[in-house]
Amino acid sequence: MKTGTDRVKRGMAEMQKGGVIMDVVNAEQAKIAEEAGAVAVMALERVPSDIRAAGGVARMADPRIVEEVMNAVSIPVMAKARIGHIVEARVLEAMGVDYIDESEVLTPADEEFHLNKKEYTVPFVCGCRDLGEAARRIGEGASMLRTKGEPGTGNIVEAVRHIRKVNAQVRKVVGMNEDELMTEAKLLGAPYEVLLEIKRLGRLPVVNFAAGGVATPADAALMMQLGADGVFVGSGIFKSENPAKYARAIVEATTHFQDYELIAELSKGLGTPMKGIEISSLAPEARMQERGW
Amino acid sequence: MIKIGVLGLQGAVREHARSIEESGAEAVVIKQKEQLAEVDGLILPGGESTTMRRLIDKYDFMDELKVFARQGKPMFGTCAGLILLAKKIVGYDESHIGVMDVVVERNSFGRQRESFEAELDIAGVAEDFTAVFIRAPHIVEAGENVEILSKHNGRIVAARDGRFLGCSFHPELTDDNRFTQYFINMVKEAKETQPV
Repeated sequence: MKTGTDRVKRGMAEMQKGGVIMDVVNAEQAKIAEEAGAVAVMALERVPSDIRAAGGVARMADPRIVEEVMNAVSIPVMAKARIGHIVEARVLEAMGVDYIDESEVLTPADEEFHLNKKEYTVPFVCGCRDLGEAARRIGEGASMLRTKGEPGTGNIVEAVRHIRKVNAQVRKVVGMNEDELMTEAKLLGAPYEVLLEIKRLGRLPVVNFAAGGVATPADAALMMQLGADGVFVGSGIFKSENPAKYARAIVEATTHFQDYELIAELSKGLGTPMKGIEISSLAPEARMQERGW
Repeated sequence: MIKIGVLGLQGAVREHARSIEESGAEAVVIKQKEQLAEVDGLILPGGESTTMRRLIDKYDFMDELKVFARQGKPMFGTCAGLILLAKKIVGYDESHIGVMDVVVERNSFGRQRESFEAELDIAGVAEDFTAVFIRAPHIVEAGENVEILSKHNGRIVAARDGRFLGCSFHPELTDDNRFTQYFINMVKEAKETQPV
């Protein structure tokens, strides 16, 4: 009997496919998310848009919040650790969190190295903007990916850019001859073995969700249509006027992402979504997607 | 050709479809209840049972799934799918489809860090089957007509109740299609004995 194998860690993410993972900051929100049909919740101290507004250093959530959320729901609970923060990750693992997000939404603890995720029993999800970044994270042991987008903006444009980029680069690798892969690995800054695996499978070896800017049911369905395996919704739900209704609508739009009549129906009268930020108005240092190496 | 549906609301749908196709049957991903009429058997995949139940209710799938079971068409539930099939779930007042005579307990091996893989002896399938358990349920009690196919550390992890097959683990996550083949054979037998 073996725990923490690649199959067990990656398999956990496979079970989340087609679903929505929601950011929550307390037990009450976690219950609303579970009731709405979320496949997992991300326990946080603050949602990304509040992290953005608060400024300063963003760290792992208070373990009491994580524990409260774990006790409130039966679906899996994820939590965020700072990039490269070995101890935050080990603390979350010790608490029995089901998945750790090594996340650029928090202030990085290490500006050079990510965690060696192979050493952990708990699986990790990491952000990516292109195939090089995706493959480096897989090489370090990430069991699930998500596009970075631009968290806490309610603006889908960066998530669209990232999923298109990753998928176009995957298609290119799959179409290449094996003797071209080493140079491609050099150009992308990607581990060669990961590219070989992508070519053999015809797709990424791990599940890839969309994240960072999903604000409406139509946004969620758009990401599914562009080839995401599921979506993370951060600030979008609990910053809207009617979170329970909003959460249900996003779950249904994700499942039936090609049923436009249904999406029209469930988008009616949802109230005001979060306000949103135009990306060009963000100072370069305020762009969370630039964090990670 | 035998047609096997995979309930495609959420979860490991693609993997089951691959395993069915590799075993020589046709796979149909079921997103609308009307599609159930097209298939000879149905796999309820792993995923989040709470989420699947919500989507089943939302799209009025439940009655159609119960009709499907009454018609004598075989059903196979893996992990979350086993929870959907079970007659009773520990700690809950109501079952879901509730057609397989077993009592199951959710997340009974612990959280994700306790998830594991192990070699199993599955009666009539294989003596060396690598099974991947992820936040898995197990069968606490099985009715008298239920055939217990496999146990792990004394817990029932695979069983058959007539035309209903269920397991705690994820056969779709490995390249070993022998358990899927076993189910396809059940579907073939049911189809042959079905009055036309």
